[in-house]
Amino acid sequence: MKRAFASRTLSIAAIAAMGLSLAACGGSDSGGTGASEEASSGPIDIWYSNNEDEVAWGKQMVSSWNEQHPDQKISAQQIPAGKSSEEVIAASITAGTAPCLIFNTAPVAVPQFQRMGGLVALDSFEGGADYIKKRSGELASQYQSQDGSFYQIPWKSNPVVLFYNKAIFKEAGLDPENPPLGTQEEFLETARTLVESGAVDNAVWPSPASDFFQSWFDFYPFYAAASGGEQLLEDGEATFNSDEGKAVAEMWKKIYQEGLSSKEVYTGDSFVDGKAAIAISGPWAIAAYGDQVNWGTAPIPVTEEGAESHTFADAKNIALYSACENKGTAWEVLKYATSEEQDRNLLEMTGQMPMRADLTTVYADYFDENPAYKQFAEQANNAVGVPQAPNSVEIWQNFRNAWVGSVIHPNDSIDEAFEKAATEINKLASQQ
Amino acid sequence: MSWMTLPRSKRVQPDGSDPAGSAAADSAGRHGGSSDGNAGGPAPRKPRWRPLGAQPVGVLFSAPYLLFVLAVLAYPLGYAVYISFHDFFFTAPGVSVPKPFVGFDNYIAVLTDPAVIRSFGNILIFLVINVPLTVALSLVLANALNRVTRLRTFFRVSYYVPYVTASVAVIGVWLFLFQQNGLINSLLGSLAPEPSWLVNSWLAMPTVALYVTWKQLGFFILLYLAALQNIPEELYESAAVDGANKWNQFWNITVPGVRPASVLVTLLATITGANLFTEPYLLTAGGGPDGASTSPVFLMYRTGILQGNPDIAAALGVILVIGVLLIALIQRRLVGGKEE
Repeated sequence: MKRAFASRTLSIAAIAAMGLSLAACGGSDSGGTGASEEASSGPIDIWYSNNEDEVAWGKQMVSSWNEQHPDQKISAQQIPAGKSSEEVIAASITAGTAPCLIFNTAPVAVPQFQRMGGLVALDSFEGGADYIKKRSGELASQYQSQDGSFYQIPWKSNPVVLFYNKAIFKEAGLDPENPPLGTQEEFLETARTLVESGAVDNAVWPSPASDFFQSWFDFYPFYAAASGGEQLLEDGEATFNSDEGKAVAEMWKKIYQEGLSSKEVYTGDSFVDGKAAIAISGPWAIAAYGDQVNWGTAPIPVTEEGAESHTFADAKNIALYSACENKGTAWEVLKYATSEEQDRNLLEMTGQMPMRADLTTVYADYFDENPAYKQFAEQANNAVGVPQAPNSVEIWQNFRNAWVGSVIHPNDSIDEAFEKAATEINKLASQQ
Repeated sequence: MSWMTLPRSKRVQPDGSDPAGSAAADSAGRHGGSSDGNAGGPAPRKPRWRPLGAQPVGVLFSAPYLLFVLAVLAYPLGYAVYISFHDFFFTAPGVSVPKPFVGFDNYIAVLTDPAVIRSFGNILIFLVINVPLTVALSLVLANALNRVTRLRTFFRVSYYVPYVTASVAVIGVWLFLFQQNGLINSLLGSLAPEPSWLVNSWLAMPTVALYVTWKQLGFFILLYLAALQNIPEELYESAAVDGANKWNQFWNITVPGVRPASVLVTLLATITGANLFTEPYLLTAGGGPDGASTSPVFLMYRTGILQGNPDIAAALGVILVIGVLLIALIQRRLVGGKEE
């Protein structure tokens, strides 16, 4: 009872504060992307995610910077709690209280933040675009906005692969060291074998919820692999309404129809709890699964045997927010935090892949010592991000609705649902 | 629960004169300073003009709440109406973008969206199940609780606990109950619905309605318990003397006796029902299956907050407010009856 009251009081306070800050919006004339401010230096604020490993990385990065720059100190904190980080960030942009840098900016939200006037184009700093392109190589272009500027620096990716439970595979009579998961056909057959053998209730259990981002962990990696690395949109046009896209949908439809995956949401981790034999996750999961499951990994299945696999990048980036006063310092911190040394710390402390073109060569010693992470590094260069298009959240929601209504609960045919979604999405992507 | 006695005490004054004293202070407090000629009290002097009412100190006491309502309710509501008529999105301070007046465009966008129409249909299903069930169950249980002599507090607390527990926590329990392999389906055995409750287009909304009824029952039972205290025991005694059985007593004395409470319970149940959000968000995983349990507020959250289209979300919100007011008006006519 006490807790319910406390949270209500808090939310009332938050709403009141929001009202006040909204009221204050009209009069302020600070912010924007004034070029004159960009050189200014001094103390700055940053936010990082609340993931335990990332917090540890953030703390060491901040303290080593602060030691060297006593006049330009960083104050750091975790992103304030909310239903999602993106909501909190959007609210802070509106209120003018966003920090200088957020080390957990989701690329899907960047077009919206940019439209709100909340971000600073990093090209406006001298050598900004060159720095980004040099560090991330070809990957960088995926995170370029439609106007050609970078409003985010590609920071780290979590290339998604298949994790499988070796014990369950063995019980189902499958080779746990070399499982048949190379092609989509093999994946479907393996799923059938797993469930029919009685070794497990669900072969695979991605969330069937209708959140816009859930397609990143069922459709999108499989589509990237099947299409040779296409994004959901290319040049502002939907690509998924194709043979490859529909083949992925047909496969998942069979998985749901044959009861190889549940249509219900699981309230824990279905893979750790042994309720599913396969999980679709990034390298962050290695620490999470730990010794609880005897797992192996395999790349996302392709359409034809021998083809190169692609996957979803699940990237998190760093953006510089327009409410920042000392943008000069912020830009220097951004470069410091993505330096070769700090990227090594990030890799070692979190197991997530810095988006560097030279990832596998410059940290070769790390991957030799930690072979479990090697596959992710190899996948990182073939990882597909979310398209930087206007209305990107709404675009993904449209796609998700089509998926839920034709694949998970087949009330519509896949042809119709994809056609309708593609038309709607093309319209959304062309709006400015 | 002093509000319950208010109409009664008013009715006691047959000549319609002001009951004076505390009631006058009450009226000044409520209206925030509206001057009332009658409220002058017994003083024979010629009435002075009092802009702050007979009890100016009442304004002081009611001011904090008035300010709160203005800041947290009136201003945002007015702002929402403004947003709904413009091409609007939130921007950082100092960023000026044109926010042109677009007339009813946002309203047209809302009303031509099949997902919105469906969400209103869902809410209708919800209300048709939830409101009558809430009224009936809470009245019957309150009546039973009123007669219980042993373990009274225990029962009252048991009914009230779900109401004060965070929905997020209780939903976890309901998920275990209503999942494919949950307790309910194990008990039903071969009678279990296929697909299971929460992923069945026909059963998802009724299950949500059932959940909300159960969760809020404790609060409504309390309202009815308070109302029951106001029914004089003599009425039951004389009815018993006239040979009325328990059912006749309930139907002819209790039900009319708690009518003001029934008006309130229907109204509150309707309002909370129309504002349904947490349950479709968590219990049916975002309005699932395939939109069968989306609610207008859930769509407002998705459109306004996640997708950054507050203009369309505001239009949906305004339509919802008007809808709730209309339903409330109809209910007042139907249930409130002679109370006017």
